[in-house]
Amino acid sequence: MNNRVINWFRFASPSSFYPIAGKMIPWFWLLAAVFGAAGLWLSFFVAPTDAVQGEGYRIIFIHVPASWMSMFIYVVMAGWAGLGLALNARLSGMMAQALAPTGALMAFLSLWTGAFWGKPMWGTWWVWDARLTSELILFFLYLGFIALQAAIDDPRRADKAGAILVLVGVVNVPVIYFSVKWWNTLHQGSSVSMTKAPSMAMTMLWGMLLMALCFWMYSIAVALMRVRAIMLERERHTEWVKQLAEVKP
Amino acid sequence: MNAMLAVIRRDLLVAMRCKTEVLTALFFFVIVTSLFPLGIGPEPALLRKIAPGVLWVAALLATMLGLHRMFAADHADGTLEQMALSPAPLALLVAGKIVSHWLVSGLPLVLMAPILGIQFDLDAGALGVLMLALLLGTPLLSLIGAIGAALTLGVRGGGVLLSLLVLPLYVPALIFGAGAVQAQMAGLDVGGHLSLLAALLALAAFFAPWATTAALRIALE
Amino acid sequence: MNWNSPAEFFAMGGYALYVWGSFGVCALALALEPFLVNQRRTVILRSLRREALAEKLDKDPK
Repeated sequence: MNNRVINWFRFASPSSFYPIAGKMIPWFWLLAAVFGAAGLWLSFFVAPTDAVQGEGYRIIFIHVPASWMSMFIYVVMAGWAGLGLALNARLSGMMAQALAPTGALMAFLSLWTGAFWGKPMWGTWWVWDARLTSELILFFLYLGFIALQAAIDDPRRADKAGAILVLVGVVNVPVIYFSVKWWNTLHQGSSVSMTKAPSMAMTMLWGMLLMALCFWMYSIAVALMRVRAIMLERERHTEWVKQLAEVKP
Repeated sequence: MNAMLAVIRRDLLVAMRCKTEVLTALFFFVIVTSLFPLGIGPEPALLRKIAPGVLWVAALLATMLGLHRMFAADHADGTLEQMALSPAPLALLVAGKIVSHWLVSGLPLVLMAPILGIQFDLDAGALGVLMLALLLGTPLLSLIGAIGAALTLGVRGGGVLLSLLVLPLYVPALIFGAGAVQAQMAGLDVGGHLSLLAALLALAAFFAPWATTAALRIALE
Repeated sequence: MNWNSPAEFFAMGGYALYVWGSFGVCALALALEPFLVNQRRTVILRSLRREALAEKLDKDPK
Protein backbone atom coordinates (compact mmCIF):
# COMPACT_ATOMS: atom_id res chain seq x y z
CA MET A 1 0.00 0.00 0.00
CA ASN A 2 2.82 2.40 0.86
CA ASN A 3 4.52 1.72 -2.45
CA ARG A 4 1.35 2.62 -4.33
CA VAL A 5 1.16 6.03 -2.62
CA ILE A 6 4.77 6.90 -3.30
CA ASN A 7 4.52 5.82 -6.94
CA TRP A 8 1.46 7.98 -7.46
CA PHE A 9 3.12 11.16 -6.25
CA ARG A 10 6.00 10.57 -8.60
CA PHE A 11 3.55 10.63 -11.48
CA ALA A 12 1.76 13.75 -10.26
CA SER A 13 3.66 16.04 -12.57
CA PRO A 14 2.52 16.50 -16.15
CA SER A 15 5.96 15.67 -17.49
CA SER A 16 5.94 12.19 -15.95
CA PHE A 17 2.28 11.48 -16.60
CA TYR A 18 2.34 12.45 -20.30
CA PRO A 19 4.32 9.42 -21.56
CA ILE A 20 2.51 7.03 -19.22
CA ALA A 21 -0.86 8.23 -20.41
CA GLY A 22 0.35 7.80 -23.97
CA LYS A 23 1.24 4.17 -23.33
CA MET A 24 -2.06 3.42 -21.54
CA ILE A 25 -4.36 4.85 -24.20
CA PRO A 26 -4.15 1.98 -26.74
CA TRP A 27 -4.84 -0.57 -23.99
CA PHE A 28 -8.00 1.22 -22.93
CA TRP A 29 -9.15 1.40 -26.55
CA LEU A 30 -8.58 -2.33 -26.81
CA LEU A 31 -10.57 -3.02 -23.66
CA ALA A 32 -13.34 -0.75 -24.89
CA ALA A 33 -13.47 -2.63 -28.20
CA VAL A 34 -13.54 -6.03 -26.50
CA PHE A 35 -16.23 -5.11 -23.98
CA GLY A 36 -18.17 -3.30 -26.70
CA ALA A 37 -18.11 -6.25 -29.04
CA ALA A 38 -19.18 -8.64 -26.29
CA GLY A 39 -21.83 -6.24 -25.04
CA LEU A 40 -23.30 -5.59 -28.47
CA TRP A 41 -23.36 -9.27 -29.27
CA LEU A 42 -25.28 -9.95 -26.07
CA SER A 43 -27.54 -6.96 -26.66
CA PHE A 44 -28.60 -7.95 -30.14
CA PHE A 45 -28.10 -11.66 -30.50
CA VAL A 46 -28.51 -13.24 -27.10
CA ALA A 47 -30.89 -11.11 -25.08
CA PRO A 48 -34.44 -12.22 -25.90
CA THR A 49 -37.24 -10.05 -27.22
CA ASP A 50 -39.22 -8.44 -24.44
CA ALA A 51 -42.85 -9.47 -24.11
CA VAL A 52 -44.12 -5.94 -23.45
CA GLN A 53 -41.66 -3.62 -25.16
CA GLY A 54 -40.68 -5.72 -28.17
CA GLU A 55 -37.32 -4.91 -29.68
CA GLY A 56 -37.50 -1.26 -28.60
CA TYR A 57 -36.20 -2.06 -25.13
CA ARG A 58 -32.74 -2.77 -26.55
CA ILE A 59 -32.01 0.93 -26.24
CA ILE A 60 -31.52 0.21 -22.57
CA PHE A 61 -28.14 -1.30 -23.45
CA ILE A 62 -26.78 2.12 -24.24
CA HIS A 63 -29.13 4.36 -22.27
CA VAL A 64 -28.25 2.92 -18.89
CA PRO A 65 -24.46 2.79 -19.45
CA ALA A 66 -24.51 6.39 -20.70
CA SER A 67 -26.43 7.51 -17.60
CA TRP A 68 -24.14 5.61 -15.27
CA MET A 69 -21.07 7.09 -16.93
CA SER A 70 -22.41 10.63 -16.84
CA MET A 71 -22.86 10.36 -13.09
CA PHE A 72 -19.66 8.43 -12.48
CA ILE A 73 -17.56 10.89 -14.47
CA TYR A 74 -19.01 13.79 -12.48
CA VAL A 75 -18.00 12.12 -9.23
CA VAL A 76 -14.52 11.38 -10.58
CA MET A 77 -14.22 15.01 -11.69
CA ALA A 78 -15.16 16.05 -8.18
CA GLY A 79 -12.49 13.72 -6.83
CA TRP A 80 -9.82 15.20 -9.06
CA ALA A 81 -11.06 18.69 -8.21
CA GLY A 82 -10.84 18.05 -4.48
CA LEU A 83 -7.38 16.56 -4.88
CA GLY A 84 -6.29 19.53 -6.96
CA LEU A 85 -7.49 22.01 -4.37
CA ALA A 86 -5.95 20.07 -1.49
CA LEU A 87 -2.58 19.44 -3.10
CA ASN A 88 -2.49 22.48 -5.39
CA ALA A 89 -1.60 20.13 -8.23
CA ARG A 90 -1.85 21.20 -11.88
CA LEU A 91 -2.45 17.68 -13.15
CA SER A 92 -5.63 17.19 -11.13
CA GLY A 93 -7.10 20.33 -12.63
CA MET A 94 -6.14 19.14 -16.09
CA MET A 95 -7.80 15.76 -15.50
CA ALA A 96 -11.04 17.44 -14.40
CA GLN A 97 -10.88 19.67 -17.46
CA ALA A 98 -10.28 16.62 -19.67
CA LEU A 99 -13.20 14.65 -18.24
CA ALA A 100 -15.86 17.34 -18.50
CA PRO A 101 -16.64 17.19 -22.24
CA THR A 102 -16.84 13.39 -22.14
CA GLY A 103 -19.16 13.54 -19.15
CA ALA A 104 -21.32 16.11 -20.90
CA LEU A 105 -21.46 13.89 -23.98
CA MET A 106 -22.56 10.93 -21.86
CA ALA A 107 -25.29 13.04 -20.28
CA PHE A 108 -26.43 14.14 -23.74
CA LEU A 109 -26.47 10.54 -25.01
CA SER A 110 -28.46 9.53 -21.96
CA LEU A 111 -31.03 12.20 -22.72
CA TRP A 112 -31.13 11.39 -26.44
CA THR A 113 -31.51 7.65 -25.95
CA GLY A 114 -34.01 8.33 -23.19
CA ALA A 115 -36.13 10.36 -25.59
CA PHE A 116 -35.86 7.69 -28.30
CA TRP A 117 -36.90 5.08 -25.79
CA GLY A 118 -39.75 7.16 -24.45
CA LYS A 119 -41.34 7.96 -27.79
CA PRO A 120 -42.38 4.42 -28.76
CA MET A 121 -43.08 3.39 -25.16
CA TRP A 122 -45.00 6.35 -23.80
CA GLY A 123 -45.87 8.30 -26.94
CA THR A 124 -43.90 11.48 -26.23
CA TRP A 125 -40.32 12.47 -27.01
CA TRP A 126 -39.83 13.82 -23.53
CA VAL A 127 -41.16 12.61 -20.20
CA TRP A 128 -40.61 14.52 -17.00
CA ASP A 129 -39.56 11.36 -15.27
CA ALA A 130 -37.31 11.79 -12.24
CA ARG A 131 -34.29 10.14 -13.81
CA LEU A 132 -34.44 12.05 -17.11
CA THR A 133 -35.09 15.36 -15.40
CA SER A 134 -32.16 14.88 -13.03
CA GLU A 135 -30.04 13.88 -16.01
CA LEU A 136 -31.02 17.11 -17.74
CA ILE A 137 -29.92 19.13 -14.72
CA LEU A 138 -26.67 17.15 -14.57
CA PHE A 139 -26.13 18.10 -18.23
CA PHE A 140 -26.57 21.76 -17.26
CA LEU A 141 -24.07 21.31 -14.44
CA TYR A 142 -21.53 19.97 -16.95
CA LEU A 143 -22.19 22.86 -19.32
CA GLY A 144 -21.78 25.33 -16.48
CA PHE A 145 -18.41 23.86 -15.57
CA ILE A 146 -17.19 23.97 -19.17
CA ALA A 147 -18.49 27.52 -19.62
CA LEU A 148 -16.84 28.73 -16.41
CA GLN A 149 -13.48 27.27 -17.39
CA ALA A 150 -13.77 28.72 -20.88
CA ALA A 151 -14.53 32.19 -19.49
CA ILE A 152 -11.56 32.38 -17.14
CA ASP A 153 -8.28 33.10 -18.88
CA ASP A 154 -5.82 32.20 -16.15
CA PRO A 155 -5.63 28.38 -16.16
CA ARG A 156 -4.82 28.05 -12.45
CA ARG A 157 -7.77 30.22 -11.50
CA ALA A 158 -9.95 28.31 -13.93
CA ASP A 159 -8.84 25.04 -12.30
CA LYS A 160 -9.65 26.21 -8.80
CA ALA A 161 -12.91 27.95 -9.64
CA GLY A 162 -14.04 24.91 -11.61
CA ALA A 163 -13.06 22.71 -8.69
CA ILE A 164 -15.26 24.63 -6.28
CA LEU A 165 -18.13 24.52 -8.75
CA VAL A 166 -17.83 20.74 -9.18
CA LEU A 167 -17.58 20.15 -5.44
CA VAL A 168 -20.67 22.28 -4.81
CA GLY A 169 -22.36 20.43 -7.65
CA VAL A 170 -21.48 16.95 -6.44
CA VAL A 171 -22.98 17.72 -3.05
CA ASN A 172 -26.07 19.03 -4.79
CA VAL A 173 -26.60 16.13 -7.19
CA PRO A 174 -28.16 13.82 -4.55
CA VAL A 175 -30.25 16.76 -3.29
CA ILE A 176 -31.41 17.54 -6.82
CA TYR A 177 -32.16 13.89 -7.56
CA PHE A 178 -34.15 13.49 -4.35
CA SER A 179 -36.12 16.68 -4.89
CA VAL A 180 -36.89 15.81 -8.50
CA LYS A 181 -37.98 12.29 -7.49
CA TRP A 182 -40.30 13.81 -4.85
CA TRP A 183 -41.67 16.26 -7.44
CA ASN A 184 -42.16 13.47 -9.92
CA THR A 185 -44.09 11.16 -7.58
CA LEU A 186 -46.30 14.04 -6.50
CA HIS A 187 -47.22 15.01 -10.01
CA GLN A 188 -47.30 11.77 -11.92
CA GLY A 189 -50.56 9.93 -11.89
CA SER A 190 -49.35 6.81 -13.64
CA SER A 191 -45.98 5.23 -13.03
CA VAL A 192 -44.24 6.58 -16.07
CA SER A 193 -40.71 5.69 -15.26
CA MET A 194 -37.52 4.81 -17.03
CA THR A 195 -36.64 2.59 -14.12
CA LYS A 196 -39.39 0.20 -15.14
CA ALA A 197 -37.13 -1.83 -17.31
CA PRO A 198 -38.32 -5.27 -18.27
CA SER A 199 -37.70 -7.71 -15.47
CA MET A 200 -34.05 -8.40 -15.96
CA ALA A 201 -33.15 -11.63 -17.58
CA MET A 202 -29.55 -12.49 -16.77
CA THR A 203 -28.52 -11.91 -20.35
CA MET A 204 -29.99 -8.41 -20.27
CA LEU A 205 -28.09 -7.59 -17.09
CA TRP A 206 -24.87 -8.89 -18.55
CA GLY A 207 -25.45 -6.93 -21.74
CA MET A 208 -25.85 -3.74 -19.74
CA LEU A 209 -22.79 -4.43 -17.60
CA LEU A 210 -20.58 -5.19 -20.57
CA MET A 211 -21.72 -2.05 -22.39
CA ALA A 212 -21.14 -0.06 -19.19
CA LEU A 213 -17.60 -1.39 -19.02
CA CYS A 214 -17.15 -0.52 -22.69
CA PHE A 215 -18.28 3.05 -22.05
CA TRP A 216 -16.02 3.25 -19.02
CA MET A 217 -12.92 2.13 -20.91
CA TYR A 218 -13.85 4.47 -23.75
CA SER A 219 -14.19 7.41 -21.36
CA ILE A 220 -10.80 6.73 -19.83
CA ALA A 221 -9.19 6.44 -23.26
CA VAL A 222 -10.70 9.70 -24.54
CA ALA A 223 -10.01 11.55 -21.28
CA LEU A 224 -6.36 10.48 -21.38
CA MET A 225 -6.12 11.60 -25.00
CA ARG A 226 -7.63 14.93 -24.13
CA VAL A 227 -5.50 15.47 -21.03
CA ARG A 228 -2.38 14.95 -23.17
CA ALA A 229 -3.57 17.67 -25.54
CA ILE A 230 -4.35 19.92 -22.56
CA MET A 231 -0.90 19.30 -21.14
CA LEU A 232 0.70 20.31 -24.41
CA GLU A 233 -1.40 23.47 -24.55
CA ARG A 234 -0.85 24.54 -20.97
CA GLU A 235 2.76 23.52 -20.59
CA ARG A 236 3.92 24.65 -24.00
CA HIS A 237 6.69 26.85 -22.65
CA THR A 238 8.25 24.23 -20.42
CA GLU A 239 11.44 22.40 -21.19
CA TRP A 240 9.95 18.92 -21.14
CA VAL A 241 7.43 19.78 -23.85
CA LYS A 242 10.12 21.26 -26.04
CA GLN A 243 12.14 18.07 -25.67
CA LEU A 244 9.31 15.78 -26.74
CA ALA A 245 9.98 13.61 -29.77
CA GLU A 246 6.83 14.78 -31.52
CA VAL A 247 7.84 18.43 -31.07
CA LYS A 248 11.59 18.51 -31.54
CA PRO A 249 12.49 19.61 -35.07
CA MET B 1 -20.06 39.45 15.01
CA ASN B 2 -19.50 43.18 15.13
CA ALA B 3 -17.69 42.99 11.84
CA MET B 4 -20.63 41.19 10.26
CA LEU B 5 -23.10 43.77 11.53
CA ALA B 6 -20.84 46.55 10.29
CA VAL B 7 -20.81 45.02 6.81
CA ILE B 8 -24.59 44.66 6.83
CA ARG B 9 -25.07 48.25 7.95
CA ARG B 10 -22.71 49.52 5.29
CA ASP B 11 -24.33 47.56 2.49
CA LEU B 12 -27.81 48.67 3.52
CA LEU B 13 -26.62 52.27 3.60
CA VAL B 14 -25.17 51.94 0.11
CA ALA B 15 -28.36 50.28 -1.15
CA MET B 16 -30.55 53.00 0.35
CA ARG B 17 -28.46 55.69 -1.33
CA CYS B 18 -29.04 54.07 -4.69
CA LYS B 19 -32.55 52.74 -4.43
CA THR B 20 -33.01 52.27 -8.16
CA GLU B 21 -31.02 49.03 -8.25
CA VAL B 22 -33.14 47.54 -5.51
CA LEU B 23 -36.40 48.65 -6.99
CA THR B 24 -35.48 47.44 -10.49
CA ALA B 25 -35.27 43.85 -9.29
CA LEU B 26 -38.58 44.22 -7.49
CA PHE B 27 -40.30 45.65 -10.56
CA PHE B 28 -38.80 42.87 -12.62
CA PHE B 29 -40.55 40.44 -10.32
CA VAL B 30 -43.83 42.26 -10.79
CA ILE B 31 -43.53 42.56 -14.54
CA VAL B 32 -42.51 38.96 -15.13
CA THR B 33 -45.40 37.59 -13.08
CA SER B 34 -47.76 39.84 -15.04
CA LEU B 35 -46.45 38.48 -18.32
CA PHE B 36 -47.64 34.95 -17.68
CA PRO B 37 -51.37 35.62 -17.61
CA LEU B 38 -50.89 37.77 -20.71
CA GLY B 39 -49.20 34.89 -22.44
CA ILE B 40 -51.44 32.09 -21.20
CA GLY B 41 -54.91 33.57 -20.75
CA PRO B 42 -56.93 35.05 -17.90
CA GLU B 43 -58.90 32.00 -16.83
CA PRO B 44 -58.78 31.98 -13.01
CA ALA B 45 -58.67 28.22 -12.55
CA LEU B 46 -55.64 27.89 -14.83
CA LEU B 47 -53.91 30.87 -13.25
CA ARG B 48 -54.43 29.47 -9.77
CA LYS B 49 -52.81 26.25 -10.92
CA ILE B 50 -49.72 27.85 -12.39
CA ALA B 51 -49.38 30.56 -9.73
CA PRO B 52 -46.96 28.79 -7.36
CA GLY B 53 -44.59 27.85 -10.17
CA VAL B 54 -44.77 31.21 -11.90
CA LEU B 55 -44.24 33.21 -8.71
CA TRP B 56 -41.32 31.04 -7.68
CA VAL B 57 -39.61 31.15 -11.09
CA ALA B 58 -40.05 34.92 -11.18
CA ALA B 59 -38.53 35.13 -7.68
CA LEU B 60 -35.59 33.00 -8.85
CA LEU B 61 -34.97 35.22 -11.85
CA ALA B 62 -35.35 38.44 -9.86
CA THR B 63 -32.85 37.17 -7.28
CA MET B 64 -30.43 36.24 -10.01
CA LEU B 65 -30.62 39.74 -11.46
CA GLY B 66 -29.13 41.16 -8.28
CA LEU B 67 -26.52 38.50 -7.59
CA HIS B 68 -23.61 40.00 -9.46
CA ARG B 69 -24.06 43.12 -7.36
CA MET B 70 -23.03 41.21 -4.26
CA PHE B 71 -19.32 41.48 -4.84
CA ALA B 72 -18.78 43.37 -8.09
CA ALA B 73 -18.91 46.91 -6.73
CA ASP B 74 -16.63 46.11 -3.81
CA HIS B 75 -14.25 44.23 -6.06
CA ALA B 76 -14.05 47.18 -8.44
CA ASP B 77 -13.04 49.73 -5.82
CA GLY B 78 -10.74 47.49 -3.80
CA THR B 79 -12.95 47.13 -0.74
CA LEU B 80 -13.08 43.39 -1.22
CA GLU B 81 -9.32 43.06 -0.95
CA GLN B 82 -9.40 45.12 2.23
CA MET B 83 -11.99 42.74 3.60
CA ALA B 84 -9.79 39.79 2.70
CA LEU B 85 -6.86 41.36 4.53
CA SER B 86 -8.80 42.40 7.62
CA PRO B 87 -8.38 40.55 10.93
CA ALA B 88 -12.04 39.58 10.92
CA PRO B 89 -12.58 36.17 9.29
CA LEU B 90 -13.55 36.64 5.66
CA ALA B 91 -16.29 34.04 6.00
CA LEU B 92 -18.01 36.25 8.58
CA LEU B 93 -17.83 39.32 6.35
CA VAL B 94 -19.11 37.28 3.44
CA ALA B 95 -22.01 36.09 5.60
CA GLY B 96 -22.74 39.74 6.29
CA LYS B 97 -22.81 40.52 2.59
CA ILE B 98 -25.17 37.63 1.93
CA VAL B 99 -27.52 38.79 4.71
CA SER B 100 -27.59 42.32 3.35
CA HIS B 101 -28.17 41.00 -0.18
CA TRP B 102 -31.16 39.07 1.09
CA LEU B 103 -32.51 42.07 2.99
CA VAL B 104 -32.27 44.18 -0.14
CA SER B 105 -33.25 41.64 -2.83
CA GLY B 106 -35.07 38.77 -1.14
CA LEU B 107 -37.17 40.32 1.58
CA PRO B 108 -38.97 42.75 -0.77
CA LEU B 109 -39.95 39.73 -2.89
CA VAL B 110 -41.44 38.03 0.16
CA LEU B 111 -43.46 41.13 0.95
CA MET B 112 -44.53 41.68 -2.66
CA ALA B 113 -45.58 38.09 -3.31
CA PRO B 114 -49.01 38.13 -1.63
CA ILE B 115 -50.08 41.11 -3.75
CA LEU B 116 -49.03 39.28 -6.89
CA GLY B 117 -50.65 36.12 -5.58
CA ILE B 118 -53.96 37.91 -5.50
CA GLN B 119 -53.54 38.60 -9.22
CA PHE B 120 -53.53 34.83 -9.64
CA ASP B 121 -56.61 34.36 -7.47
CA LEU B 122 -54.83 32.51 -4.67
CA ASP B 123 -56.73 32.19 -1.40
CA ALA B 124 -55.47 33.43 1.96
CA GLY B 125 -54.08 30.08 3.06
CA ALA B 126 -52.07 29.70 -0.14
CA LEU B 127 -50.82 33.27 0.16
CA GLY B 128 -49.66 32.57 3.70
CA VAL B 129 -47.78 29.45 2.71
CA LEU B 130 -46.32 31.31 -0.28
CA MET B 131 -44.91 33.99 1.98
CA LEU B 132 -43.53 31.45 4.41
CA ALA B 133 -41.97 29.39 1.64
CA LEU B 134 -40.40 32.47 0.08
CA LEU B 135 -39.20 33.58 3.51
CA LEU B 136 -37.33 30.30 3.81
CA GLY B 137 -36.41 30.10 0.15
CA THR B 138 -35.06 33.55 -0.71
CA PRO B 139 -32.19 33.38 1.84
CA LEU B 140 -31.36 29.98 0.36
CA LEU B 141 -31.24 31.59 -3.09
CA SER B 142 -28.95 34.35 -1.82
CA LEU B 143 -26.65 31.81 -0.19
CA ILE B 144 -26.31 29.58 -3.24
CA GLY B 145 -26.15 32.60 -5.52
CA ALA B 146 -23.26 34.03 -3.51
CA ILE B 147 -21.12 31.04 -4.50
CA GLY B 148 -21.88 31.68 -8.15
CA ALA B 149 -21.26 35.41 -7.79
CA ALA B 150 -17.88 34.78 -6.19
CA LEU B 151 -16.86 32.22 -8.83
CA THR B 152 -17.69 34.54 -11.72
CA LEU B 153 -16.22 37.69 -10.16
CA GLY B 154 -14.59 39.77 -12.86
CA VAL B 155 -15.08 37.04 -15.44
CA ARG B 156 -16.29 38.06 -18.88
CA GLY B 157 -19.83 37.04 -19.73
CA GLY B 158 -20.41 37.21 -15.99
CA GLY B 159 -24.15 37.74 -15.74
CA VAL B 160 -25.33 35.04 -18.11
CA LEU B 161 -22.61 32.63 -16.99
CA LEU B 162 -23.75 33.18 -13.42
CA SER B 163 -27.29 32.19 -14.36
CA LEU B 164 -26.09 29.03 -16.08
CA LEU B 165 -24.09 28.05 -13.00
CA VAL B 166 -26.67 28.88 -10.38
CA LEU B 167 -30.03 27.89 -11.88
CA PRO B 168 -29.45 24.11 -11.75
CA LEU B 169 -28.56 24.48 -8.08
CA TYR B 170 -31.78 26.42 -7.49
CA VAL B 171 -33.96 23.53 -8.64
CA PRO B 172 -34.52 21.89 -5.19
CA ALA B 173 -35.58 25.23 -3.69
CA LEU B 174 -37.99 25.73 -6.58
CA ILE B 175 -39.44 22.24 -6.26
CA PHE B 176 -40.02 22.36 -2.52
CA GLY B 177 -41.06 26.01 -2.44
CA ALA B 178 -43.64 25.78 -5.21
CA GLY B 179 -44.59 22.31 -3.97
CA ALA B 180 -45.48 23.70 -0.56
CA VAL B 181 -47.97 26.15 -2.03
CA GLN B 182 -49.42 23.48 -4.30
CA ALA B 183 -49.82 21.15 -1.34
CA GLN B 184 -51.65 23.86 0.57
CA MET B 185 -53.96 24.42 -2.40
CA ALA B 186 -54.63 20.69 -2.67
CA GLY B 187 -55.38 20.44 1.03
CA LEU B 188 -52.34 18.25 1.73
CA ASP B 189 -49.75 18.60 4.43
CA VAL B 190 -47.36 21.50 3.93
CA GLY B 191 -45.00 20.58 6.73
CA GLY B 192 -42.87 18.20 4.69
CA HIS B 193 -42.04 20.70 1.98
CA LEU B 194 -41.34 23.51 4.40
CA SER B 195 -39.16 21.37 6.65
CA LEU B 196 -37.10 20.26 3.67
CA LEU B 197 -36.75 23.86 2.58
CA ALA B 198 -35.67 24.79 6.10
CA ALA B 199 -33.19 21.91 6.13
CA LEU B 200 -31.69 23.07 2.83
CA LEU B 201 -31.49 26.58 4.26
CA ALA B 202 -29.66 25.33 7.35
CA LEU B 203 -27.20 23.33 5.23
CA ALA B 204 -26.58 26.23 2.89
CA ALA B 205 -26.21 28.69 5.79
CA PHE B 206 -23.42 26.50 7.07
CA PHE B 207 -21.61 25.60 3.85
CA ALA B 208 -22.25 28.44 1.41
CA PRO B 209 -20.28 31.22 3.18
CA TRP B 210 -17.35 28.84 3.39
CA ALA B 211 -17.50 27.91 -0.31
CA THR B 212 -18.03 31.57 -1.24
CA THR B 213 -14.99 32.61 0.77
CA ALA B 214 -12.85 29.99 -0.99
CA ALA B 215 -14.12 31.21 -4.36
CA LEU B 216 -13.43 34.84 -3.41
CA ARG B 217 -9.87 34.07 -2.40
CA ILE B 218 -9.34 32.41 -5.77
CA ALA B 219 -10.79 35.44 -7.53
CA LEU B 220 -8.61 37.81 -5.55
CA GLU B 221 -5.33 35.99 -6.10
CA MET C 1 -30.00 -16.13 -32.12
CA ASN C 2 -33.00 -13.89 -32.31
CA TRP C 3 -33.09 -12.98 -35.97
CA ASN C 4 -34.17 -15.06 -38.90
CA SER C 5 -32.73 -12.72 -41.51
CA PRO C 6 -30.73 -9.51 -41.84
CA ALA C 7 -33.92 -7.76 -42.88
CA GLU C 8 -35.51 -8.68 -39.56
CA PHE C 9 -32.44 -7.44 -37.72
CA PHE C 10 -32.59 -4.03 -39.37
CA ALA C 11 -36.34 -3.77 -38.90
CA MET C 12 -36.06 -4.37 -35.14
CA GLY C 13 -39.68 -5.46 -34.93
CA GLY C 14 -40.90 -2.07 -36.10
CA TYR C 15 -38.74 -0.10 -33.70
CA ALA C 16 -36.01 0.49 -36.24
CA LEU C 17 -36.15 4.28 -36.07
CA TYR C 18 -35.77 4.32 -32.32
CA VAL C 19 -33.23 1.58 -31.86
CA TRP C 20 -31.02 2.62 -34.76
CA GLY C 21 -31.62 6.29 -34.00
CA SER C 22 -30.17 5.66 -30.57
CA PHE C 23 -27.35 3.27 -31.42
CA GLY C 24 -26.52 5.32 -34.51
CA VAL C 25 -26.17 8.61 -32.68
CA CYS C 26 -24.15 6.92 -29.95
CA ALA C 27 -21.80 5.35 -32.47
CA LEU C 28 -21.47 8.68 -34.22
CA ALA C 29 -20.75 10.53 -30.98
CA LEU C 30 -18.25 7.95 -29.75
CA ALA C 31 -16.41 8.16 -33.08
CA LEU C 32 -16.60 11.93 -33.38
CA GLU C 33 -15.26 12.70 -29.91
CA PRO C 34 -11.88 10.94 -30.26
CA PHE C 35 -11.59 12.41 -33.76
CA LEU C 36 -12.04 15.92 -32.37
CA VAL C 37 -9.59 15.29 -29.55
CA ASN C 38 -7.07 14.05 -32.09
CA GLN C 39 -7.70 17.19 -34.10
CA ARG C 40 -6.97 19.25 -30.99
CA ARG C 41 -3.72 17.35 -30.51
CA THR C 42 -2.68 17.87 -34.14
CA VAL C 43 -3.30 21.61 -33.92
CA ILE C 44 -1.22 22.08 -30.78
CA LEU C 45 1.58 19.86 -32.06
CA ARG C 46 1.72 21.77 -35.31
CA SER C 47 1.96 25.04 -33.40
CA LEU C 48 4.64 23.66 -31.07
CA ARG C 49 6.69 22.26 -33.94
CA ARG C 50 6.57 25.58 -35.72
CA GLU C 51 7.75 27.35 -32.59
CA ALA C 52 10.56 24.85 -32.07
CA LEU C 53 11.67 25.25 -35.67
CA ALA C 54 11.63 29.03 -35.37
CA GLU C 55 13.72 28.86 -32.22
CA LYS C 56 16.17 26.51 -33.87
CA LEU C 57 16.52 28.75 -36.91
CA ASP C 58 16.98 31.76 -34.66
CA LYS C 59 19.89 30.11 -32.88
CA ASP C 60 21.43 28.50 -35.92
CA PRO C 61 20.40 30.30 -39.12
CA LYS C 62 22.25 27.93 -41.42
